[in-house]
Amino acid sequence: MSEQFPLETILANFGRERDNLIPLLQEVQERFHYLSPEAVQAVADHLELSENDVYGVATFYAQFRFVPPGLHHIKVCEGTACHVRGSDRILDAISRSTGLKPGQTSDDGAFSLERVACFGSCALAPVVVVDDKVYGRMTAAKTNKLIEDKK
Amino acid sequence: MSFAARQQQAEAAWQTFEQPDRLRILVGSATCGRAAGSLEVMQAFADELAKHGLTEAADMVEVGCLGMCYAEVMVEIRGRDGKRVLYQGVEPRHAAALIETQLVRGEVYLPLALAVMTGVDEAVPTFAELPMIKPQVRIVLRNCGIIDPTNIDHYLARGGYQGMTRAFAMGPDQVIEEMKASGLRGRGGAGFPTGVKWGFARNSVADQKYVICNADEGDPGAFMDRSVLEGDPHAVLEGLLIAGYAIGASIGYVYCRAEYPLAIERLQGAITQMHELGFLGGDILGSGFGFEIKIKKGAGAFVCGEETSLMQSIEGKRGMPLSKPPFPAVSGLFGKPTNINNVETLAAVSAIMEKGAAWYAGYGTEKSRGTKTFALAGKISRTGLIEVPMGISLRTIINEIGGGVLDGKQFKAVQTGGPSGGCIPAQFIDLAVDYERLAEVGSIMGSGGMIVIDEESCMVDMARYFLSFTENESCGKCVPCRMGTQHLLRMLTTITEGRGTLEQLDIMRKIGDAMKNASLCGLGQTAANPVLTTLQYFEDEYRAHIVDKKCPAGACRALIRFDIDPARCTGCGACLRACPVAAISGEKKQPHAIDQELCIQCGSCRQACKFAAVLVD
Repeated sequence: MSEQFPLETILANFGRERDNLIPLLQEVQERFHYLSPEAVQAVADHLELSENDVYGVATFYAQFRFVPPGLHHIKVCEGTACHVRGSDRILDAISRSTGLKPGQTSDDGAFSLERVACFGSCALAPVVVVDDKVYGRMTAAKTNKLIEDKK
Repeated sequence: MSFAARQQQAEAAWQTFEQPDRLRILVGSATCGRAAGSLEVMQAFADELAKHGLTEAADMVEVGCLGMCYAEVMVEIRGRDGKRVLYQGVEPRHAAALIETQLVRGEVYLPLALAVMTGVDEAVPTFAELPMIKPQVRIVLRNCGIIDPTNIDHYLARGGYQGMTRAFAMGPDQVIEEMKASGLRGRGGAGFPTGVKWGFARNSVADQKYVICNADEGDPGAFMDRSVLEGDPHAVLEGLLIAGYAIGASIGYVYCRAEYPLAIERLQGAITQMHELGFLGGDILGSGFGFEIKIKKGAGAFVCGEETSLMQSIEGKRGMPLSKPPFPAVSGLFGKPTNINNVETLAAVSAIMEKGAAWYAGYGTEKSRGTKTFALAGKISRTGLIEVPMGISLRTIINEIGGGVLDGKQFKAVQTGGPSGGCIPAQFIDLAVDYERLAEVGSIMGSGGMIVIDEESCMVDMARYFLSFTENESCGKCVPCRMGTQHLLRMLTTITEGRGTLEQLDIMRKIGDAMKNASLCGLGQTAANPVLTTLQYFEDEYRAHIVDKKCPAGACRALIRFDIDPARCTGCGACLRACPVAAISGEKKQPHAIDQELCIQCGSCRQACKFAAVLVD
């Protein structure tokens, strides 16, 4: 019940108009860190939309996840400034040391990896964000050390 | 309380803040400042102040961004003598020395001092005279880094909301005339005259109209809007309110990227303050005009920067563009007349309404009036957020403001307009930056991303990078964009891997041309620009990849190998430690070597080597 209760509280804060769909999905993901099939069903029921419709919107936007993220969520910035300063090398380094491709979560649930278009912290390029902390001016070697420390 | 009385109260609050003999510490804490550690710096200062028993005697305030991102964390300290000193690269470990030197002994801490904010000092330059600052004209960024963005009094005391009261006194039609006279053009990229746009929406008759602030700053490498929202949210909200008044809209939306949590927090705080002062709600200041502002968070879709997609997204749908006409001014959000302006446009609107159209039109060139902000990044010494008058030369921006190319490397090109823009080669360094001149060389003004590219960046790889972005972000609705981006990306990838053919160069030009003419929205119409401009100016680089199987810039990994020059290698071991795959071996003080089987061409060794001993071929 404890898992269900907050979902219902979130739903209760929103009216049934369609323009609540994206804010509602954002709230649900904020609370549960991803959109489970049950959560999508509940949102669809609340807004009187089909599940298809809700999935159609949710999968359109990069923000929404359908599998739980890892304990440590790693985001690699792929903005232009980061690219010209070597972000693809950083992504490679992380993929090698965690065995993950972007969008994946490790089997033990320790890490997940995501590519992000731009954090707007271009002066610190290249940028990696781990658990919402920003690490600027990264190199492949610094990234490897960062991941090792989290293991 | 009347507006005048409220303003007096704000003035008093500002005077206290600016009181010269009160100790004050300002810490630049926009997202980039925080990323560089500004919150830890503040904590260190708080601890030091407490040690000296100065906690009560000093004000410590988080301010927005002065735009000198390369020098973060930036701290401005005002001592008892009223001298305001700006320090750069401040870390928590510096707090003790800074407080001891300036607040206790009353001297400037020279190792970190960058400038004095006012007056003249023997040892430290004046802020306004710094090479990065001198060519700039800050209108949109007028308050960023100077005021406390969470304090509406600071905004009011610096002329804030006078534009609103002036608009109310003028009436909506006159406000639109004022916008036309200012020559302001949309700063989101397309450059449509703002006053004309407002006129269309005003002329539409409906029971409900909307204004929207487009804060979905999606161009990778652009962060102008974020800095304004974080550093001076009221400047944007006042502009939105004035736009609503001019077209007759009672509801405004701010559509802001979810990736900008601090900007959203600042906006929410500012909207609450506007309510408290009666600047939102029904009958604002007795004008008979009622207005409400709602915030909508984007969910990560680049195409939502396009106006019709953005409105679909607000309505809770997939953010796919619609064909025009009908234009939003006739049928927009929820089918009602809607006006959309970008963050920077609206921040200029509030300044224009405060100071007048003639003042604003005094800056810039004949067809491009006023100023433009740019996010200057890439291979440049002084990365930062800048605002310059239209018509300034690229040379001034890159060499004076930006301090030249990083590490003294050769300047090759500058990329403007992000994935919709193009690469301007070095031969155009004296180009005057305005809408017309940039279009003439095949690029666009765009929203303001300006990425400096040096000899070590490959232009084919740049084009591939932007196409991988647009291919991923194409919503898939129309064929030219959906298929065009896929085909361009595939061909660019084969070329960067040394498997391309010369025939592909012509095919790419044809595809690009078709996309320009036939795509539904701005994303597809401009997505080929990075390919077309690099083909135009750097075709020899494409040919080198195809014919010689070489990447002249040494960037495309499939075509390069790294070797260590035994004559230069000192055996210091820096490369060995930097290599992420342990491909380098060698005894201490003996030349090292790279195992080509293990090497992944990441270039870490080359970055780490202080003796230029790592060669790329």
